Amino acid sequence: MLGRLTLAAIPSDPIAIAGASVVVIGGLVVISLLTYFRLWKWLWSEWLTSLDPKKIGVMYLIAAVVMLARGMIDAGMMRAQQAVSVGSDQGFLAPAHFDQIFTAHGVIMIFFVAMPFMFGLLNLIVPLQIGARDVAFPFLNSLSFWLFVAGALLVNCSLVIGEFAATGWLAYPPLSEIAYSPGVGVDYYIWALQIAGLGSLFSGINFLTTILTMRSPGMTLMRMPIFVWTAAASMVLVIFAFPILTGTLGMLFLDRFAGMHFFTSDFGGNPMMYINLIWSWGHPEVYILILPAFGVFSEIVPVFSQKRLFGYTSMVIATISITVLSFLVWLHHFFTMGAGANVNAFFGIMTMVIAIPTGVKIFNWLFTMFRGRILFTSPMIWFFGFVVTFTLGGAAGVLMSIPAADFQLHNSLFLVAHFHTMIVGGVLFGYFAGLTYWFPKIFGYRLDETLGKIAAWLWIVGFVVAFVPLYILGFMGATRRLDHYDLSTGWRPLFIIAGIGVVIIACGAALQVLQLIVSYRRRHKYRDTTGDPWNGRNLEWFTPSPPPAYNFTHIPHVYGHDAFWAAKHSSVIHPAEHDDIVMQKDTGLGLYIAGFSFVAGFAIIWHIIWLIPVALVGGIVCILFRMLDEHTEYTITI
Amino acid sequence: MTIDHPHDITPRVTLGFWIYLMSDCVLFASLFATYAVLHGNTYGGPSGRELFSLTFVLAETLILLTSSFTVGLAMLSAYKGRRNQVIIFLAITLVLGLTFIGLELNEFVKLVHDGNSWTRSAFLSSFFTLVGTHGLHVTLGSLWMMFLIAQTFFDGLTEVVLRRLLCLTLFWHFLDIVWIFIFTIVYLMGTI
Repeated sequence: MLGRLTLAAIPSDPIAIAGASVVVIGGLVVISLLTYFRLWKWLWSEWLTSLDPKKIGVMYLIAAVVMLARGMIDAGMMRAQQAVSVGSDQGFLAPAHFDQIFTAHGVIMIFFVAMPFMFGLLNLIVPLQIGARDVAFPFLNSLSFWLFVAGALLVNCSLVIGEFAATGWLAYPPLSEIAYSPGVGVDYYIWALQIAGLGSLFSGINFLTTILTMRSPGMTLMRMPIFVWTAAASMVLVIFAFPILTGTLGMLFLDRFAGMHFFTSDFGGNPMMYINLIWSWGHPEVYILILPAFGVFSEIVPVFSQKRLFGYTSMVIATISITVLSFLVWLHHFFTMGAGANVNAFFGIMTMVIAIPTGVKIFNWLFTMFRGRILFTSPMIWFFGFVVTFTLGGAAGVLMSIPAADFQLHNSLFLVAHFHTMIVGGVLFGYFAGLTYWFPKIFGYRLDETLGKIAAWLWIVGFVVAFVPLYILGFMGATRRLDHYDLSTGWRPLFIIAGIGVVIIACGAALQVLQLIVSYRRRHKYRDTTGDPWNGRNLEWFTPSPPPAYNFTHIPHVYGHDAFWAAKHSSVIHPAEHDDIVMQKDTGLGLYIAGFSFVAGFAIIWHIIWLIPVALVGGIVCILFRMLDEHTEYTITI
Repeated sequence: MTIDHPHDITPRVTLGFWIYLMSDCVLFASLFATYAVLHGNTYGGPSGRELFSLTFVLAETLILLTSSFTVGLAMLSAYKGRRNQVIIFLAITLVLGLTFIGLELNEFVKLVHDGNSWTRSAFLSSFFTLVGTHGLHVTLGSLWMMFLIAQTFFDGLTEVVLRRLLCLTLFWHFLDIVWIFIFTIVYLMGTI
């Protein structure tokens, strides 16, 4: 009846119980607060059923922040374990539990923090920047969001019921095969990623179509803001990379569920095939995340240098080059596979080549600042932190692109330090900068600048303290994913310093929370009444803050780069055109479909066979409902 | 401004659907790549030469290609506004599609019956997955076609129905192209 699900699935180890209780109690607190303040109806009609990309974007951001908290707790536990688990002391985490923690940390940070943060910013800003009222497929957008939530719920579910994968964040076979990981952990991993990944793919199609077909009149491709360009490039990567992930995880699932032999070590299976496939998704994935961060900085640097962006065309060409090249470097993740000197040389050279367009971007930002009147606002502090750490991390990456060097550094903490420099110092700093920059547009009031600057500095300093020791440890021979090491290695002081770095980062994160609270309390003082608090350059500032549901009363005409800047500084009168505005009605069907896919995922994970078709039929009925609904639109008359 | 006018939505939907098809193409590409790597790994079991019957597969191919022709005729009739013709051509396509699925299932059952199931070797795992994924697509396409036949019957050739017919036709032709690659790479190259 319940497949593999028994009472034994409830965790028994005290730390796992603590983790489960946090999830359960946190959920209960939220539910009781909503009930106490009678907010359910408001939440349902204003938020959960909304098809407004601005609201969906805010929900993405909230989900990303919640999951970021969980991912940081995982990180803190790993750092604490590595600081104490030396010599005769075994630390406080059992090896099996430690394995789940580093797996969950990686999966959560990439799929359930960085991805929703990125899609949140896209939802909030892309339609505004191209002068559109909505995205191309508003219902699909809501469905994408809820599929992501279903995936995130499955990951959190694994804390309370059963276990998570203990295989590392990419679940390499043969370890992830049923013979070596017989539990439900890998199944949770597979289905959380399949469901969330489907949502990402839908979003990719949605935003690329939006950018290609819904730009306001006059906005040619070469007049688009760079953030829109990077979003488009990132979405192209989503469209071409995520199906590979779906296929690969599908095959791993068939190995585990149906006894196939794609990646098993017997019956002719080839584990290296999985590693090739997963990285031909995985490498573009890091560019999916970093390109929009580049876009954010390309918006921020000109505004706060009070100059137009240096080298717009080269920025576009660099973005496109990165998009193409990102599919040609995947093998550098496993030079040690032994593909042969020529293959390794090719991928090594391609890896060095991809640093060139990235370097072009760095120089473009620096030249934008050159002779500008720079305002040292908190988005710019994030930018300074980014430009230093990202350049250093990039240099470390080019170092590892040399196969001979990589053989020494493969799977060492040097690698861990490198990709954290790119993901934290690049992606996360970029998104934080974007959040600070666009916050007044989204919520109607600015964030507190003083607290924001201190938080940014704490993050930057904390980041350096936490990760520079890892570069050194990597050279000293420390490999990744160690739950224990010997005192004679001499690594302990550096691990302790790295732990201190995490504490500093945590202080930065705490100050960000405080910043949100303080800014909310002072929202009347920080209110943005103009719609243009930073003297901005693109169309998102051409509408009140927060914008109405339909974004623009009159769709603006565009005559060049920096459309809003041009409008502010010329006497060109925008033709006022009157037409009714057609918008999509809100619906909860996206949420229902995702709910059924959550149930289907849970049923497959636990082998509750009868429930799988029930959930699938439920989902199909919802889709039919949507297809037969002829009244999905409403009209606003101006 | 007419950007948001509902009548302008068809090109947008068509473009979005094309992009979806390209992503599906990448999914098939991953499965083809896996098949290409694993097709020799028979682990002592039978290879494609011993298992595949080219005449049988040729019949499958001709049926699917004919269905692509009839779905094209359905689309042409739809543009001419001939509702009954659309329904007839879609019904023929559906029958051909279901026949194709039936033949494929027949082949699969025979393979499993002879002890050559997907658990036998990596080659057979990748064979069943690649061909089965295509078959699953044809099945979903058939379900979609049943829905559209009903909708054409009840609603007539409305704008929504025309748009959905266009997408279904694209989907069906796409599956045909994928099948031609399966026919060539899996069956022809496997038996020669």
